Amino acid sequence: MAILADRNTRVIIQGITGREAATMSQEMLAYGTKVVAGVTPGKGGQKVHGIPVFDTVIEAVEKCGGDTSIVSVPPLFSKDAVMEAADAGIKLIVVLTERIPKSHVIEMLAFAESKGARVIGPNSPGIICPEETRLGYLGGSNPEKAYMKGPVGIISRSGGMCTELANILTRNGIGQSTVIGIGGDPVVGTTYTDLLPLFQEDEETKVVLLFCEPGGKKEEAAAEFIREKFTKKVVVFFGGRFVDRMPGMRFGHASVIVRPGYGTTEEKIKLFKSAGCIVVETYSEIPEIIKEFI
Amino acid sequence: MRFYEFEGKRLFKEWNLPVPEGELVEKEDELLKAGEKIGFPLMAKVQGLKGGRGKKGGVREIKDEKELLEFGEKIFKEGFDGTRVRGILLEKKLMAEKEFYLGITIDELEKRNCILFTEGGMDVEEIAKTGRVLKLTIDPFTGVKSFMMKMFFATTGFKGKTLLQLSEIAVQLYDLYIKMDANLAEINPLILTKEHEFFCADSRIEIDDDALNLQKKNLERFNIPIREEKEREPTELEIKAKEIDQLDHRGVAGRVVEFDGDLALIIGGGGASLTVFDAILRYGGKPANYCEIGGNPTVKKVQKLTELLLSKKGIRGVAVITNVLSNTRVDLVARGVIKGMLSKGIDPSKFPVVFRVPGSWEEEGFKILEKYGIKYFTREHTMDEAAKFIVELLKKEG
Repeated sequence: MAILADRNTRVIIQGITGREAATMSQEMLAYGTKVVAGVTPGKGGQKVHGIPVFDTVIEAVEKCGGDTSIVSVPPLFSKDAVMEAADAGIKLIVVLTERIPKSHVIEMLAFAESKGARVIGPNSPGIICPEETRLGYLGGSNPEKAYMKGPVGIISRSGGMCTELANILTRNGIGQSTVIGIGGDPVVGTTYTDLLPLFQEDEETKVVLLFCEPGGKKEEAAAEFIREKFTKKVVVFFGGRFVDRMPGMRFGHASVIVRPGYGTTEEKIKLFKSAGCIVVETYSEIPEIIKEFI
Repeated sequence: MRFYEFEGKRLFKEWNLPVPEGELVEKEDELLKAGEKIGFPLMAKVQGLKGGRGKKGGVREIKDEKELLEFGEKIFKEGFDGTRVRGILLEKKLMAEKEFYLGITIDELEKRNCILFTEGGMDVEEIAKTGRVLKLTIDPFTGVKSFMMKMFFATTGFKGKTLLQLSEIAVQLYDLYIKMDANLAEINPLILTKEHEFFCADSRIEIDDDALNLQKKNLERFNIPIREEKEREPTELEIKAKEIDQLDHRGVAGRVVEFDGDLALIIGGGGASLTVFDAILRYGGKPANYCEIGGNPTVKKVQKLTELLLSKKGIRGVAVITNVLSNTRVDLVARGVIKGMLSKGIDPSKFPVVFRVPGSWEEEGFKILEKYGIKYFTREHTMDEAAKFIVELLKKEG
């Protein structure tokens, strides 16, 4: 079993007529994802790689039965797109778009929450349940090279590191149950603490691997959750330990800023260790460590 | 983007938030006139964008003209805290009975805006540690209503006129925060005078960089220029790199932070670049820069970037290391880097250089690298191994 999605998940792509989204939809079809419809207002009636395009999400849901949506529309249209999907009854909305104003993000997340929809992202690379389905662009044109089915769940603040970590596991014969890029922004709909309970319930998942970064408070919350409620083994790897020594400087993602007093890797690592997690120094060590627990 | 205090106060006035009478002095010879207008004793406040101004002596009580000239001359000549200043804000001195902190910002865990309030005008970070902060999470659809603020502040013991004025200040501050697409709006300290009137003694406003397009009109109206801000002034190399990044809209190649090492880095992916930089340091390498590429940049961009990074004095090696790429084409990156090296008169088969860039079009990319005799790692090897290889190669070469 995977979490969040499987081979039966019926996917709608909002913004499917965009160049990148069109390529992505083709790759998703090739991976076996059931992409049932696309939505681009004003382009209803067209087809993209054989996928029917509708003007509204509700039309796509009614005619094609979508239950999950991927949002790949320009930043200032994203809030409306997410709210439209939630209003149409979609329960899982994966937002790939970057640079959405935070006021829009707050509003769309609150609205989705009120409709009982889960939002992954914004600025997420998506989700992959290896050999089941792929929502988004993880693994690019050849996901089967980096990802294979197996017992490790991955939650990552970085899209690139999702594939990098899966790749090193796969090279060592260790597969993954579900890999989720939660997005590199400060405010995202779903964080470690929202996903850990799902991995706790998932029988296939034996170990959870977290890719963390400096800045913010998401790791602190995750460590507390793991200490109190999580019983499976958690392996943690941090990118950007050097940022601790450069407070106020921004590297990589928008959320990677260490403020005086909080957000440091040092403090986060201390909390993870005290919660019983294994924090590795380099990611090259991960396969050897995980082998002990599967 | 962060506003100067005087810019924030310009907004405060527009939103009817009480600010002390003040004058911005931008040149040394305007000091006396402005000082006389405000009247002594007064407060002189350096206008810069770095935090911790108070602790570093950037806010001073000034008794008379002589003190004002001394302070002003020093600041205008020498700058403050290592940077030039925008000016000095002179303000009427308030007789404070009590000081408070009032702020609005995003709580990333609750995914909502929240209002923070506490007594004492110290550092926010210090305040956060005490845990004595009163916090109210805001429903984005209801916003902040007057009655909510009255209830909120009444719980802290405010009554009558002061309760009303404080509530009104919070309502207005939230309105400003929302209309300006701010991520942070702080009044610290918010002063209650002996006459029981509130004044916003400082302002700190940061607006969302992703909303700058939405705020163009407002910024023009308040005469606030859009500016790039960093903890320090950008170096020449960083400025040139940014120009390269803006050559065209395809991909990122040119977000550079310069360091004083000897190894030029072209590294990819938000999280992967952090990982690679850590690895280079761990094995004892000395990065000359932090530089991300991604989103499938053009050959030309990568070439220009390579030329720029190689133009720095004392560069002894190049490391091109990324995660397994999803959409950036390996062959394009390889061609760009090789072209850049060749145009600088560097033979890639003799210069210390390593590639670890697996992903789309990797077979084509590897062929090109082989042709030019460049050492590369495939996805069978980690980014750590590539980092270790180049660092040890440089050590061997001494």
